[in-house]
Order: sequence, then structure tokens, then C-alpha cells
Amino acid sequence: MTTQPIDDLSQILGHFGAYGGRFVPEALIGALEELEQAHLTAQNDPAFAAQLGELHRTYSGRPSIITEAKRFAEYAGGARIILKREDLNHTGSHKINNVLGQALLTKRMGKKRIIAETGAGQHGVASATAAALMGLECVVYMGEEDTKRQSLNVARMKLLGAEVIPVTTGSRTLKDAINEAMRDWVTNVETTHYLLGTVAGPHPFPTMVRDFHKIIGEEAKIQVLDLTGRLPDAVLACVGGGSNAIGIFHNFIGDAGVRLIGLEAGGDGVETGRHAATITGGTAGVLHGTRSYVLQDENGQTIESHSISAGLDYPGVGPEHAYLHDIGRAEYRAITDSQAMEAFALLCKTEGIIPAIETAHALAGAMQVGKELGPDAILLINLSGRGDKDVQTAAQYFGIPLD
Amino acid sequence: MTTPLDNLFVKVRAENRAALIAYIPAGFPSQEGCKKVIDAFVAGGVDAIEIGFPYSDPVMDGPTIQAAADTALANGTGASDVMNALAYAAAQGVPAVVMTYWNPIERYGVEKFAQSIADNGGSGVITPDLTIEESDGWAAATQASEINPIYVVALSTSDARLAKVTARCGGFVYAASLMGVTGTRATVSSGAADLVSRIRKVTELPVAVGLGVSTREQAKAVASYADGVIVGSAFINKLLDAGTEESALIAITDLAKELSLGVREGR
Repeated sequence: MTTQPIDDLSQILGHFGAYGGRFVPEALIGALEELEQAHLTAQNDPAFAAQLGELHRTYSGRPSIITEAKRFAEYAGGARIILKREDLNHTGSHKINNVLGQALLTKRMGKKRIIAETGAGQHGVASATAAALMGLECVVYMGEEDTKRQSLNVARMKLLGAEVIPVTTGSRTLKDAINEAMRDWVTNVETTHYLLGTVAGPHPFPTMVRDFHKIIGEEAKIQVLDLTGRLPDAVLACVGGGSNAIGIFHNFIGDAGVRLIGLEAGGDGVETGRHAATITGGTAGVLHGTRSYVLQDENGQTIESHSISAGLDYPGVGPEHAYLHDIGRAEYRAITDSQAMEAFALLCKTEGIIPAIETAHALAGAMQVGKELGPDAILLINLSGRGDKDVQTAAQYFGIPLD
Repeated sequence: MTTPLDNLFVKVRAENRAALIAYIPAGFPSQEGCKKVIDAFVAGGVDAIEIGFPYSDPVMDGPTIQAAADTALANGTGASDVMNALAYAAAQGVPAVVMTYWNPIERYGVEKFAQSIADNGGSGVITPDLTIEESDGWAAATQASEINPIYVVALSTSDARLAKVTARCGGFVYAASLMGVTGTRATVSSGAADLVSRIRKVTELPVAVGLGVSTREQAKAVASYADGVIVGSAFINKLLDAGTEESALIAITDLAKELSLGVREGR
């Protein structure tokens, strides 16, 4: 047996230090290479940028505005709190940025069917929306547990013409929805594009999804400079898979004075083991086609995550976050369910904005960091989604009768 | 160096037939039950055994193997149980390998895992989600421990890539006969024969075909062009079907006997 060097190894992109890469059945390699090529070609094609830009302006509503949250700031050490309003995008979250880009790539690859996984339902709704707009067949896999937590989003997807398949394997949440979507993709890869919703999964997904979301940080940097005349002291975002965080972080990575802070879902507390704080409480491993941090046991079995937020309830995280953590460029903290819900309620009452519970983790982080840095600090927070879908969960949490 | 698995394929080539390779996850239906299944395989004339490392997120597996893996994990199955089952199979005198997703290997320690396979009498490891681009460490470890690194190739794998993947492969090349997950199928994909002939253009290694085989007729058809026939879900179904473990073990031996006739009838 001889080990031959792989001549094109140096050309394989998609590694972030020791993280990223491709850990998939050979059956998917052709589709991943096709997707990588389609993405690279599109990146260099002014017509693609024009088409996507048009959709941003006339369909999803970009650029999204920024809002200074002055009353909320009183609970955040008096620091200036600036919200990047991705909640105002069509479909109610940042997810539409990635979905429109990948749906255009799907058309370019000549595929007619998209599949997607969803946790909170935001990515599923965005995918169903783009499929309706572009005439694609759409199947969304959603953990059965999440279809119950997010029944409103299930109805939205169905109204938009998508088929929603409840997943009854494993923990019946986002991780299992991804497993089912990958099984579908292995079977139907000739005709189907897997429209993955976060910066995880095998290359090129972490890079490609980041590229479709980095517009968040590009807009926000200009907007914050216009408003305040300087860069923010810290940029904060919630991290499940990590797409909204990478989207707002990316354009600030080169600005050494800007702290990048990711807020993970601490569930009942990292010390209880019932959490979804993958970087804070996990170890390096491979899940869903990429090497990153994973919640796993001593045998490499994935440990089920727990969070009040369906969208953060994932035992993995994007590989670029793992890398940014290890090199010390970004910090990650865990926010418990109760801390997140306190911030959720505060933003509702002080600013008239109902955030997604996912996003509330970033707001809770801002309350901590604002108190640490004091009133001279400027914090930019990605308000990644709106909370309409979470009204039922929040009402239950706060004991508001629904009938 | 040669492994018992390498020797098996020399032998079946001399006998002008294909090898029958059977799959069972460690810890299924229980730790002791798995050993009984191995006994039933051997009694039925199976030529080589794959011990599955049950994994929480088996994206290449259909409902049958998922159900078996869930049971095995509920039984607390871990790496030591996998190694015990491997050692037991090897002790019965059949070449034995482990089939596992990559993360359990990485968690165990790449070099340590390869050495444990060798120490427990195993011939190699099938890694269905390890791509060659990520395999440098594994290539070195399997070489040092003198075991076969077995890769899975697919109908969609290009000729150029087949050459690269098989160059990293030892023991045999695992040809997945269809685009999809594991599980029995009414017919074995006609694309499998074409895939095997494409593999033969780039490597001298034996080629075994898996995914979808459950009957003597299917085994016979695959044996006409492949060096090995891999059967998993059809055996596991016997244990998942209602009935006692005892009757399932008899059914497994009976099926193995049928299939082992099939792999001798193909040419």
C-alpha cells in the first residue's frame, strides 16, 4: 500500500486553520464541486451581482437601517447601542440574504428543486419564499419538536407552497433536520440543491453563506461611521450555526480595535450540560461535513443541545467561528435562557421592537458588555430577526394567557 | 504486508467467485446478541464481517441501520464494544473490519484507533465520510498499523477522482451501487456494473459492491462483475422484524447460506 500525495490539495479551499473542510460521502463531492464552481463564477460575474443587488433593493429591502436604542441603553451601562435591523428584511430575518443568493445559484446550475433544513423556521420561510419567487420546488425538513415550537412558521411555509417534512429521528430538532436533508440530497443530488441555511456544513457552504451575509457588516460599518464618526468598540451577534454573526463580523475582522463578540445559547447554564453553547462548552470534532467545535461525548457521539431558542438549538457551529475563537480574534460567551428572555422583554418595552429569541441572546450580551465598557462605548448589535414567531413561546414564558 | 482481508480476495479470485461480506453494528441487538449474529454469519458461510460503529448522526444510512444504531447507542455502545465485537469476529477466523463515520475515529485518536483495530485482529476500516483531501493523517496511521483503509466511491464519482480515491485505498474498493442511503431495494442499480468497470480501469484492487443487496439473485448478479457483495440492512431487518432473537438468528444464517450460494453462481 502506498500513500500518494494529493497533487491538488493546496488548491482545496474551505479550511479555516484546522477547521472546515469536507467530510461527506463521495456521492456528494460532484455536487459540492459544482456548487463551488458556480459560486466562484458568480462572484466574478457583474451580472450576478446586479441581479442579487436588484433583489436586495426591490424585494428584501436592503440596505437595512440602523436604529440607536437609547432607552434600552440605560440597561446596558449607558453605552451607545446601535441595532442593525435585519429584522426588517422581507421574511423577518437576515436569512433572506443567503437564500436569495443560493436560489440564484440553483437556477444557474439548472436545478429545479431545493431542500432546506430549519430550526426556528426562519430559514425555512426564507427558502420557501425564494422558491416561490423563482419557481422552484421546495421541501423543508424540520424537527418535529420544532414544528410544535414554531407552528406559525410551519403554516407560513405551507402558504408559500413548500412541503414541510417533520423529522422524527434523534432529538427531533435542527441537527436531525440536517441529517434528513443530507439523506435527501445524497439520493436526489442530480436534480436538487441543498440550500443550507448557515455557515456550517462542508465546503463551500461556510464560505459561500458568509459571502452572501457579509453585506450586513459592509452596510453597518458605513452606517455607524456616518452616525458616530468612528468604528464601534464591539460588534455583537448571537451564534447558533453562526451566519448572522459572521455576516456582521466579517467586514470588521481587519479592524483590530473592534471587539467581535458572539453570544451562544447557554440554555439552563453551561454548567448544567443543558445548553447549546458549542464553542464555550464543546470540543473540536466533525459534524455535518465540517470540522469545528461540537457538543460530543467521549465516543464522538453528538450530545443533544438545549435552548429556549429553536434557531440556536444546534450542537455544532460554523468552522470560521471556531477559527476566530482559537486565534483570539473573536470572543464567545454563553447567555442563559433567562438572561435572553430578560433582554427580550426589555427591548419590547424600551424600544417597541419585539426581537427573535435568538437575537435576544445578543441583546443580553450587549447589556453585559455595555456595563463593562461604560457610557463612552459604542456597541453594534445585529438585530438578526423579529420575534413574531416567538410570541407564543414568550407568552408562555411570561405567563400571558393566550385564550 | 497483507491482512486477512487481502488474503481473502486472493482466495476468492482463485475460486472464481465473489466474497460475501456481512454488516452488523456493534451492540445490536445487544453486546451478547451481536456476538450471536457474528456466529450466525459464520455458520451461514459469510466470508468477511463489517462491524459498524453506531453513530448519532448517520447521514448515509437509511431507516433500518438508523434503527439498529439507535438501539446500539441506547445499549451504551462505545469504542471498546466495537473493538470487542471486532476481536470476536476475527477470532472466528473470518477477516473483520470496522465501518465508521469519521468523528468517532477523531475523538478516539486517529493513530490510536488504527492501532486498536490492528491489536484486535481487524484487517481495516471503512470510512464513508472521510474524503481523501482530509485523509493524510489517516493514511499515515493505517500504514503504520498495517491495516487497510477502505474508501467508498459513488456512481457520481468522476474517472479522475476514482483514480485518486483508489490510490489511497487498501483491501478493497467499496462501490456504492446507487445514489442514496443504505437499505434493501427491489433491484440493484444497473449503474453498479458500469461503476465497477470504471474502477477496474484505475486500480488492481478488488471491488465490493454494497447498498441494496438482499437476495440470492441480486448477489448472483453482482457477483458476475464484482469481487465482493456487501449485505447489511437485509440481515438487520431479520432482527427488527417481530419474533424472537433465536428465530432471527436462524433466519440470518439461512439468508447467509442463500447469499453465499449467490456469490458462487455469478460466473
